[in-house]
Amino acid sequence: MNSARERAIRIGAPLVVGALFLFAWEMFVVVRHIAPYVLPKPTAIWEQTLKFFGDIWESFLYSGGNTLAGLLIGALLGVALAIVASRTPFVEQLLSPMAAAVAAMPIVALAPVFNTMFTSTSTTPRRLIVIIVVFFPMFINTVRGLRQVDPIHNELMTSYAATGWQLTRAVRLPGALPFICSGLRISSSLAVIAAVVAEYFGGTQNGLGSRITSAAANTAYARAWGYVVASVVLGLLFYLAALLFERIVMPWQRTAAL
Amino acid sequence: MTTAATADRAATAAPAVSVRQVSKTFSGRKGQAVTALQDVDLEVAPGEFVSLIGPSGCGKSTLLRVIANLLEPTAGSVEVFGKAADQARRDQDYGIAFQQAGLLPWRTVSANIELPLELHGVGKAKRRARALELLEMVGLADFADHRPDQLSGGMQQRVAIARSLAESPQLLLMDEPFGALDEMTREYMQVELVRICRETGAAVVFVTHSIPESVYLSDRVVVMSPRPGRITEVIDIGLGDRTESLREADTFFTRVTEVREALRGPHAAAQALGVEAR
Repeated sequence: MNSARERAIRIGAPLVVGALFLFAWEMFVVVRHIAPYVLPKPTAIWEQTLKFFGDIWESFLYSGGNTLAGLLIGALLGVALAIVASRTPFVEQLLSPMAAAVAAMPIVALAPVFNTMFTSTSTTPRRLIVIIVVFFPMFINTVRGLRQVDPIHNELMTSYAATGWQLTRAVRLPGALPFICSGLRISSSLAVIAAVVAEYFGGTQNGLGSRITSAAANTAYARAWGYVVASVVLGLLFYLAALLFERIVMPWQRTAAL
Repeated sequence: MTTAATADRAATAAPAVSVRQVSKTFSGRKGQAVTALQDVDLEVAPGEFVSLIGPSGCGKSTLLRVIANLLEPTAGSVEVFGKAADQARRDQDYGIAFQQAGLLPWRTVSANIELPLELHGVGKAKRRARALELLEMVGLADFADHRPDQLSGGMQQRVAIARSLAESPQLLLMDEPFGALDEMTREYMQVELVRICRETGAAVVFVTHSIPESVYLSDRVVVMSPRPGRITEVIDIGLGDRTESLREADTFFTRVTEVREALRGPHAAAQALGVEAR
């Protein structure tokens, strides 16, 4: 089968390239005698990852939990407000500049402010940051998607004397799904980054971001890299989940994987 | 057909469509007004098949949309089965089909046909049964759970026609429904439509570009001309039973010629150039 071969190439090629990259990295560090605090060897990172796997796994779950909570709330909020905005032009004029203002918020600078706003052991400031980051792409994409209505579908729904809500539910919202999904794809990666970065500014020390800073502060660079790898895995996981979601909610549209 | 609907029709005995002195003006760019329809009068009897034919810009689609209450006329009145057009629309007295099937790609074939019923609160089992009944009628019973993109253009158009019949309307409004189909499929669909009309007893207002199509399908052909859009002639067809052999009959060609000449009209032959002479 040709498609089986194509699939093998699609999966195999990045793996081969990745392995070559790691090998080159390792050789570069060994041959050039790079100090471990400048750039640790992949094998050293791997060793540390195995050694601290329990800790890494725990912080992986903690940061993953914050990402998930923030992503879900932010996405639902973005879609819900986009629906409201698309129903009434007045609300859209009101919300669009506000959404843009939210997007312009320097979230990194906000993290310490949120930390003092809530108790230092609270997960709320971190989740809040994820919500803010996720909200804008979700809102903007959904608003755009809801606007794209086939004129025929519009006439058809008018001929059925459909109410505004029926039009939204039966035509606009399903029609906006491709836009909502691409918003979610962008947001999923952003959410992980936001959740990890938000941990750099105090609060409890059990997330991936906090562990990266504390490992680096203790000159345990290989271990810090182990946490970075875990963050990358977390980001990929959320991205893949977004792709999976896309496939599930839009079975009529065969999207290419990745 | 429900007996209630038939009884209702007999009781009112109002024409299926009654258009009186309708004009429609669109405000174009730079504020100049475009008269799409001027002083149009048209009456369609219950069960009658009427085609609207004319070159592009003659207002035939506009007239259909005014009847459907998708557009408000600038002047004049439109009644459907004795009711104001907007009331008739809210009461689902007509079914409508366009040149594009306009199926919702995320719904199965059956769910597409069920859409109008769903919007008007018909129960799940009942609307599924109705959809299957209609799919049987248009010869797509095996495709109920397919998605629209799995069907050919002709099949999609048949689904759109089934959908327009969902509420058992006594009036069908069709805007070039076979315009995007190839000639073979088109003739096949015409035969199907004639059969469906016979089975449902529905009146039809049918917009078309094709002279033979209008002659084959209609009881009457309404010839329109542009600038401003108006009715120039109404031709009684009266060919009786629509069989395949009718397409080769002399009477058929006589009518085709008649419509063609009406289209050329006294108003300059150039205007008829937009009409397909097939």
